[in-house]
Formats: sequence, structure tokens, C-alpha cells
Amino acid sequence: MSELKRTVTLTVNGKRYEKEVEVRVTLADFIRHYLGLTGTHLGCEHGVCGACTILLDGRSARSCLMLAVQADGHEILTVEGIAPNDTELHPLQEAFRDNHGLQCGFCTPGMLTTLLEFLRDNPNPTEQEVRIAISGNLCRCTGYQGIVNAALDAAKRLQAPGAPVLPPARA
Amino acid sequence: MKPPPFRYYDPRTLADAIGLLGRLENAKVLAGGQSLMPMLNMRYVLPDHVIDLNRVDGLSYIREAGGAIEIGAMTRQRELEFSELIRTKLPLMQEAILQIGHRQTRNRGTIGGSLCHLDPAAELVTLGAAFDASVVVTGPNGQREIPFAEFPVAYMTTAIEPNEILTAVRFTRWPAGHGYAFVEFSRRHGDFAITSAAVLLEADGGGKIKRASVTIGGAAVTPVRAREVEQALVGNVPTPELMRQACESCRAIEAIEDIHAPASYRQHLAAVLSRRALEKAVPRIGQPLAAKLH
Repeated sequence: MSELKRTVTLTVNGKRYEKEVEVRVTLADFIRHYLGLTGTHLGCEHGVCGACTILLDGRSARSCLMLAVQADGHEILTVEGIAPNDTELHPLQEAFRDNHGLQCGFCTPGMLTTLLEFLRDNPNPTEQEVRIAISGNLCRCTGYQGIVNAALDAAKRLQAPGAPVLPPARA
Repeated sequence: MKPPPFRYYDPRTLADAIGLLGRLENAKVLAGGQSLMPMLNMRYVLPDHVIDLNRVDGLSYIREAGGAIEIGAMTRQRELEFSELIRTKLPLMQEAILQIGHRQTRNRGTIGGSLCHLDPAAELVTLGAAFDASVVVTGPNGQREIPFAEFPVAYMTTAIEPNEILTAVRFTRWPAGHGYAFVEFSRRHGDFAITSAAVLLEADGGGKIKRASVTIGGAAVTPVRAREVEQALVGNVPTPELMRQACESCRAIEAIEDIHAPASYRQHLAAVLSRRALEKAVPRIGQPLAAKLH
């Protein structure tokens, strides 16, 4: 039962992966280095900046504060899995582009994953609720105003007919 | 910023977890990971073994047990946040929970992990003191209960023995219609409180305070009950002047000093925040509970 390495099987953005990993590797490093999905960013690596936020079974979590082995058997969504295909953006991403919700883009993966969960659970948020929702994600470019505007705009876009269904939370 | 090498165990039963903990030297127990993982990443802790409780059955629940609400150690903060039982029976906890970190950390962080870590500024630790909670720990010789007054033994150090695991916490309910409030001051939303105040009040029919619990978190090495404030309130009608005067005694708290604030500032906050919490709690006495927060 104990070892320094383990084989983990998990689903990331709908694709199943099976990899051997050192047990001390964080989920964030696993996603970036073992799977090559470098959209998940690492800012602080101790749970402050929110850039590494992913959805674990539909719920936001900081991937730097989990071990990859803990994700065995679970389903993960990273920023790469948000857009419906290679040529279109998700309405949340479009709202970010249209509202100057990003400048350098470092915090964006964490902002998007955080807001996917938030807008699923709270489809008609107030500005104050949006600000609290992103309080665990640091942005040093935008002053947050563009991000808040983007989130409020996205809430509207997501209620339009034909808008994509947000990823559900799994028990 | 990478965890040091360790061996990893993910037992399925509590008995296996306790067995491992008894057998392995220099082992750490991993709950929600929102404190231990940063400490591993920064190599503040260098365990040889990590025992992960996340796959242990039966440690995540919220249930009524007699006059208490019993919460399993691995119950995540988000489950407390959205629990109807917590909202209606422990409204103080629901008010406090929204100030714990952020959605992303509450989705993982557990009540047991928070209590074992025993950060003096942690909301759940402050609530343990406010409710005189009973901490249930399980070891090779079975279960025992630790009254919260005896749970912290020093700064970030609990009365849990090295071969024991915290398995549940019992919070005794206050009667329906009690007053409650949790207020804290931090530089940014979701940060650890520089100082916090938790208040529970019960009044008699004439508006006099029958029972009071006033707790200051984050100011000292462990949360402290403001006994002088409690005594000043009991038997009296809580007028603004009485509340203001009573809370002045909080300036005598033996406060800690760190990068965030000097001790004198924490003492000031203790007096101000306890008064604000009382002012918020008193009008709630006898009132129906706030509508759902979510």
C-alpha cells in the first residue's frame, strides 16, 4: 500500500489518462508536466493566488494543494477543456475577451474555472457576489473591473437559448 | 516549492489509518490539505509518511445527536456552508463559514483538518471555543472526548496524542431564538482574520441576558473566551452603554504580534469587534433566522 510511485487513472477534459507518478507530485505539476496541459498556471504554489484552480468533479479546487494520487478515479476540467472545440470560444471566454477581462492572461485559467462553477451555482449574480467569488484569484493587471464586467456579461450570455450547459458537480 | 519525498498511504478504514499512524514514525495525517499541502510545498514539514484520510469511509457527515450537532472530521467546509441543519441549528457556524478562505479552499478544507491545524485565527477553531465543542478522537484504545477548553495546549498544538486521529466534533445547540454573530477583520476577503469575535446570547422573557458566550479569535495564541464580557452581560439588559463598557475588558487580552499587526492593534480590535458582534447578535434574539444565504 505504500510506495514512492503509483499509477493513477483519471479523466481530464473528457480524456482518460493512466500514468505512473511520484506520490509527492502535486496535481498541478502532474497536469502540466505529465499531461503537457500547461494552461493551468502556477503562481504561488501554496494556495493563495488561485491561478492553478481546476474543477475536480465539477467543483473548484486549487490543484497545487492536492497530490496527483488523490485525483485517482476522479474527473478534472482544466482551462483547455472549456471551449467547445478548437475554433470557438465558450461564452465565458468570449465575455472575457469582449470586456477586457484579461491582459497578461496569467490568472485567466483560474478565473475561468472558478467562474464556471460560480455561474453554474449562481446564474444571476450581483456584482458583489462576483467579487466575492473571485476573491481567491489574484490578478495584477486588470484591477478586476474588467473581470467583474466579463462575469456579469457571461451570466447573461449563458442564459441565451443554445448556450452550453455548465459542467455539473459530481457527488 | 515541491513537496519532499514521502511514502503515501490511503487507507479505506479508520482502523487501518490508526494502525498506520501507530506503526509509522514521522507520519502526517492529510485531511483536506489546505494547510498541510502548502506546508509540504514550502517544506515546512518533512514527513516520511503521509496518511491520507480522504478515502476513509464514514468520516464525512452532519447529524443531530441528542442536543448536539455532530460533524464528522472529514466533512468539508462547503458541506457545512450549504447544510440546512447547520443553517437552522448552528446559525453562527454558517455566518462564520462564509469567511473561511474562498470557494476553492472550502471545497476541499475539512473541519477536522482545521481543528487539528489549530491556527489561532481559524474561524472553526474560534467556533470550537465559542460553543465549548467536544472533540472526539480515536486511537488504538478506542474513542475519547476532549472538551474544547482542554483541546489547545499551545500555539498550533492540540491535546491529540500522536497515535490518535480526530474523528468528529460535537457542537451543543443553543435554544431556538438565540442571538448570534460572527465578525472578523482582515485586510482582504478570505484572508485569515487578524482578529475575530464570535457571540452567542440567550435572553430571558424580560430581555435580560441569561447566558452569553463571547470569544475572541486571532488575537492570542489560541481563541480566548472573554469571560469578563460574558459576566458583565449575564443578568442585565444589553444596553449599548453596557456592551461598550463590557467589551473594553478585551483590551487586556494577551495578544500576539506578527507581520500583520502589533499586539496593541489586536487588543483594540478585540474590544471593537466584540462590541460589534454583540450589537449584531442582540437584535437577532427571538427573531426568525435569516433566509437562505445561497
